[in-house]
Formats: sequence, structure tokens, C-alpha cells
Amino acid sequence: MVNLGFSIGDLRFRNPVLTASGTFGYGSEFDDFMDVSRLGGIVVKGTTLEPREGNPYPRMAETPSGMLNSVGLQNKGIDYFGKYIYPRISEYDTNVIVNVNGSYVDDYVALAERLNSFDRIPAIELNISCPNVKMGGMAFGTNLGSAREVTRAVRAVYMKKLIVKLSPNVTNIVDFALAVEEEGADAVSLINTLLGMVVDVKRMKPALSTITGGLSGPAVRPVALRMVWQVARAVKIPVIGMGGIMNTDDALQFILAGASAIQVGTASFIDPLASVKILEGIEKYLTDKGISDISDIKGYINR
Amino acid sequence: MAKRIESLTVTDNHRLNSEYFILTLLSPGTLPEMKPAQFAQVRVEGSPDTFLRRPISIHDADRENNTIRLLVQILGKGTETLSRLRQGDQLNIIYPLGNSFSMPLKGQKLLLAGGGCGIAPLLFMAKYLREKGFNIDFLLGFRNRDRVIEYEEYSSLGKVFLTTEDGSMGEKGFLTDHPVLKENRYEQVYCCGPEPMMKAVASWCRMTGAACEVSLENLMGCGIGACLCCVVDTVRGNLCTCIDGPVFNINDLKW
Repeated sequence: MVNLGFSIGDLRFRNPVLTASGTFGYGSEFDDFMDVSRLGGIVVKGTTLEPREGNPYPRMAETPSGMLNSVGLQNKGIDYFGKYIYPRISEYDTNVIVNVNGSYVDDYVALAERLNSFDRIPAIELNISCPNVKMGGMAFGTNLGSAREVTRAVRAVYMKKLIVKLSPNVTNIVDFALAVEEEGADAVSLINTLLGMVVDVKRMKPALSTITGGLSGPAVRPVALRMVWQVARAVKIPVIGMGGIMNTDDALQFILAGASAIQVGTASFIDPLASVKILEGIEKYLTDKGISDISDIKGYINR
Repeated sequence: MAKRIESLTVTDNHRLNSEYFILTLLSPGTLPEMKPAQFAQVRVEGSPDTFLRRPISIHDADRENNTIRLLVQILGKGTETLSRLRQGDQLNIIYPLGNSFSMPLKGQKLLLAGGGCGIAPLLFMAKYLREKGFNIDFLLGFRNRDRVIEYEEYSSLGKVFLTTEDGSMGEKGFLTDHPVLKENRYEQVYCCGPEPMMKAVASWCRMTGAACEVSLENLMGCGIGACLCCVVDTVRGNLCTCIDGPVFNINDLKW
């Protein structure tokens, strides 16, 4: 029997495979294909205080080994979430984490305060790295002072586990990881998407209505892996790695580089079963190697 | 109607012309329940440029033989790769996805209007309607005579009125130029094709008071409502073409 679990403080995850925000809906989209409760956790779609319509279509472009999106945090707001989604999503026997967004520090704080009372939500992921909104989002995650400020403000009101999702669109992501750790983050997750763009030559226009968008998929994986490795060596809190993880091998690279857990994102679009396949693959890898605990390989490349 | 991920076997790849081909795919089990206008998300293997699945409308389903047919237009690298599939190859698809055309009221006069590859779901719909005892008129538009596809197949299910842009077959012009629209009083129109064509049909329907449903083909990421990339601007806000559509009543669209 292999131990796949990991913890953020006293919050236990049964295995290290989570799904990334904005790529797994609210779980139910995948019910036909898999038992969502098998996962270590799911991070639900980016949520805001008020409903958001997101950006106009077109908001996606396929790129080599990846995709560019500028969805812009379309969601129905926390009231709708609480009333219609939370009762259903609470039935999953896994850790359900809400990805929290806002335009101002006060928005993040108000949302985090509201989420304190959601008993079945043991953690939030503070999204200071969405590249697709005019206000807030990445603006917080690409300025050290703002990253500190919003983390500190949310930490002051939020009682449960606080994960901060970092932006790769900075010169030195380690500085940001250390800053949010110092302000009380219980874990960091990285990377959010890389800012990019595509021009549609036929139409002689940007492919996205917003011109720029966030790049995800295996195209970003080496960059993501490098950042996860750097951050994992610098911080003491758990690191949740993501960025173009498509299969077991990809996931193991992040864990060997120091991640305590991983999130599967874009891969779920191509293979809705990607997350459970990766989970099975990791278990098999450890069994085959005769390793009884996944923590034995965490950061192994640094030894 | 549970969605499933399945690898189907290509039993036929029939080239219609330089632009179109029809794939016949055999399910390893019994076909799921499917409705007209539903689609499949098709995995295109073999190139980093065909990273995402391709949404392709279900053209036809043969429940006796557990096969489905997909009518595909070669538009880019993904569909080009699919065009080279051979008998015996496997194709991984997620299906059936999306909503479907609604059923007409008894006795309504029906028109199925489509252009180019947009005619694909209309065959499945026509067969469905014929089974329920409805008579159907088709109004189909193509660029020219060489691009006209499956004329006989549609003719076997209803009366086909045809337009070509250059007049080389049928009436010259666009769909909405066809005199059949003046001669008949259609009550329910089902439409799929290029957006300008659907918009023209929609405005004709508004003018004459016909009810109209259109099947959209927005760019999609996942096809299952997880990525929110394929949205269409409706009177109820941004809705996903993949799960709230592909069929929309024109009254819900801001056309």
C-alpha cells in the first residue's frame, strides 16, 4: 500500500492530484466520465463577489502544444455559488477549494470572509495571477507590494487554509513566493497562465477579442517546472505545481522537482480522464519502484 | 443521456470532393442515445498543432450497425489529418454532446435550411422527423455545382431546393434569394451553416413569423462546459455553445 497523501498544515489530502481552477468546471461536468471523489481535491472556477460575464467571444485560440484563453473569470458570483453549486459540490468526498478573485483588496477580503462559513470548503486559492481581467487579478500578482497587501488582508480574515496562486509573468517568482509565505500563506500554487497573443493572419486581427490572453498546455511546462523547482527550494510551505501537465510522467517531474502536489489543467479538456489516469500512474510508479510514501520522492532531484 | 469517451473504428472514409469527406465509425458497443444537432469532440492525434479536440456534428447514426457518420470539411490541419484516416484506424471521441433541435408541433410546415458543412446535422434531423411522420423541405446552399454534396441522400428524405452562388446548379444566389421562400409559408425552420447565412435566414424568419432554431459552430476548448471558451452572447448573458447549445432559438440570440 502506497501513501499518496500530503498535507497543508492540518488539512489532509488523500492524494496529490488536484484539478486546476477554470479547467474542471464545478466537477459535475466530469461526472459522466469519472468518480470526482477519487481526486485529492478540486479547485473550482474562479469566483467573484458579483456575477461576471467575462470577455467577449472569441476568447480562445489553439497554439502549438497549447491554447490561449481570455475567458475573464466568467462566473455567477458567490451568492449563486452558495445557493446552487455549493450544496451539490459538497457531496464530493474530496477537498473542494474555491479560487477567489477580485478587482480590489476589499473584494478579496469580503469573499474570503464569506467563504469562512462554507463548512465543506477547507481552503481557498487566492488568484492574484489571472491575466484576463482589466482590474485586479494579475495586477496584484506582478507587484510585490500588492501581492503582500492582498495576502495579508485576506489572511487577517480567513480562518482556514490559504493557498496563493502565483503569476509566472514576473522577473523573479521566488520573491513573490517568499513574500506571500511571510504574509501567512499556507501554500503556494503555480503557475497561472503565461501572457501571450495570437494574430489571425486570414482576418488580419488578433485571434482573441482581448488581444492578449493566457497560455496554457504542454507548451508552458518547462517554464512552469523551472519555476516550481525554484520556489520549492526557497519556501517552507507546500508548493502545488501546475503548468501543462498531461500525463503521469509530467506530474512526476513536478514532484521530483519539489512540488507536494500537482494540478491538472488544460489536459482535462483533451482527456477528461487525465487527472484520474495521472493518479493511477503515480501510484503504479511508486509501487514499481518499491517506494511506500510519495513524500520520499518529493524534491528528490535536489538530493 | 450520459456522455462517453470512446475509441471507434473507422470503417469507411468516403471522399465527396476536394473539400468534404464522410467518416463512418463503428462503436465497440451499443451506440448511446443521440439527438439531432448533437456533436462529437474528435481527438486528432499526431501533431502539436492539433492540440485540442475538434467539434464535429453527428451527420447520421445507424443503430442497427452501431455506426455513426461524420461529414467533415477540410478547413485546417486537424480536419486535414482526419481526411487521411483509413479503414481500421481508431478515432477517439467524446459523445454525444450538446442539446438538440426541438420537435415541431404536429402539422407544422417545416424547412431545414443549411449551407456548406452546415447541412451535416440536417440529415440526422430529417431522418428523425421522417420517423415521426413529418414532411420536410430542404433549402441547401453551396458555392457552386462542384461543391454540392449528398444531393441524392437529402432528396430521398424530402424536397430539396438548391442555391449556388454562381448559379451553376439550382437558383443563383444565397439561400434567402430562393423563390421557394416566397411561395411557401414555413412555420418552423431549422438552420445550420455559416453565420452570415444563418443571420439572413433568421431575419427572414422574423419577417415572416416563422419559428427558427440555429445550430452554432463556435470555437471550442473542451466541449463539455468546463472551459467557458465557446460562449455566445444571448439575452440570458454569455452561454456555452457546447452545453447550452449548439442549438439556440433565434429569439435568444442578439442577432
